[in-house]
This record gives sequence, structure tokens and C-alpha cells, in this order.
Amino acid sequence: MNKQEFLDQLKARLSDLPSKDIEDRLGFYNEMIEDRVEEGITEEEAIREIGSVEKLASQIMEEIALSKNVKKQRKHHRKLKAWEIVLLALGSPIWISLLIAAVAVILSLYVVIWALVASVWAVFASLTACAPVGFAMGIGFILVGNSITGIAMLGTALVCAGLSIFMFFGCKAITQGIILLTKKIFLAIQNYFKAEKEDHHE
Amino acid sequence: MDNQLKRGLLDVCVLAAIKDQDSYGYQIIKDMKPYVEMSESTLYTILKRLELAEMLTVRTSEHSGRLRKYYRITDAGLERIQEFKNEWREVMSIYQFVVKEDANNE
Repeated sequence: MNKQEFLDQLKARLSDLPSKDIEDRLGFYNEMIEDRVEEGITEEEAIREIGSVEKLASQIMEEIALSKNVKKQRKHHRKLKAWEIVLLALGSPIWISLLIAAVAVILSLYVVIWALVASVWAVFASLTACAPVGFAMGIGFILVGNSITGIAMLGTALVCAGLSIFMFFGCKAITQGIILLTKKIFLAIQNYFKAEKEDHHE
Repeated sequence: MDNQLKRGLLDVCVLAAIKDQDSYGYQIIKDMKPYVEMSESTLYTILKRLELAEMLTVRTSEHSGRLRKYYRITDAGLERIQEFKNEWREVMSIYQFVVKEDANNE
């Protein structure tokens, strides 16, 4: 294969690229072949050194894909343009107040969750308090002679005690779960800001 | 080798090849050959990238009746080489540490 055949075949393989890019690359390989020939080898040998057209074309396509990937990654974290900064500043009365409202809503939801937890604990506390009080009153009724009311009271006290034991484990599990969730959310927020910072350092 | 790392290293290699005097494609490949094998397509991509980053300039000159492209390093290119040398001191000391730890564990 001589030089012209080689370049023609390469051109055909690169036909998907912009024409200026193709011309540029063909010029580059043309120069590469001629520089080799100048050192005293034949065109055929020079072409053999450069490699087959198929391999070369696939290498070129690979290189282009690679550099496009890198560009995409870079574009992802671009700086703000001037007009975007102006818009952000002009819109600040609107978006800052909206942002504050959104944060307030999220915070209040969070407070509501803890309020629910607190009320569940309050139920537990009252049940626990009912047990000894009911027990004491039951014994009191029996001693006074009103044994039916007394036994009913004792039964209620035992039910309260039993329920409070159940509730204790339930309350504990709910509280631990929410604490864990809070930790995870904070960690996620922290990691997000950390990642942002590192990206800007690059 | 890690692709990203290799790209950065080869960029500096090409800059070093044109540091002392202007050079052309085939000469660059020949100069680098004893140290690192580089394909023509890789060199082309690197030259384009360095040109875009204004670390080198390109001029077309006549050479024995035909045209040849010559590449000249810019101040930004020289700076990149210096930067690489500074970074590499740190990398070498990390390497020393890794090798030492490896030897200790054997």
C-alpha cells in the first residue's frame, strides 16, 4: 500500500468527523510518513510502522471519545456566568424568602416528628404511673371492704404495668430509629458540602 | 496505569520534548521512544490539547519542498513542566513510603 492509498482509506474511515478535523489528521499522518521516508525507508515500511488503517481509525475514535468524556466532566462544574449572578442578586428578595420558608417547613416537620415521639413517651409514663397508684388504691379498697372494686382496680393496675413494659420497648425503638435517621441526614448533608468543596479545589 | 494519570504524564513528556528547541511530530516520537512508546494518534490528541491550553504554538514551515508543522513551547508550557517537577517530588516521597512499608511487611 502506498501513501496515497493509506490516506484515502483512513479518510474513508474517519468520514464521521468534521471535514476540517479529517484534513488536519490526514496532514499529520502524511507528515509522519514523509519524515520516516526521509530517513531512508520506503513508503510501505513507513506505513507498516504506523500500523493498519483499521487499528489507527479505532484508536482515533477512542481518543476522541475519551477527550469528550473529560470535557463533559469539566463542564459539569462550571462557574456562574455574569448574567446568572445578576439574576440571582435581583431575584434574592423572592428566592431567599422562599428558601427560608422551605427550610422552616422542613424544620417544623422535624419538630412534629419529635413531638409525636414525646407524646408516645408521655403515654408510657402515665401508664407506668397508673400501675403502682392503681395497685395501692386496689389494696386500699380491699382493706376498706369494697373487694369487687378493689380487685377490678388491681386488674387495671396489672394491665397498665403490662402495657407500659410493651410500650417501653416500642418507644425506645422509635426514638433510636429517629436518632439514627437524623444522624444519616446530617452526614449526607455534610458529605454533599464536602464533595462540592473538593470539586471546586480541582 | 490509571488513564487520567497517564494522560497528565504524557502531556508533560511532550512539553519536555519541545522544551529546548522547536520540534515536529516524528522527532517528538523518536525523542520519547527510549522512555515511553507513544502512538501517533495519542501524540496528535496531546498536541491538540496542549495547543488549546496555550501551552504550545504551532507554525507550518517548509522543509525540503514540503510543509511540516513545528511546535514551540509557551511560558504556560514551561510553567506546567515546573509544576510537574514540584508535584513529582511529593509523589516520589509517597512512593518511597509505600515501598518501605511493603518491605517491612514481608
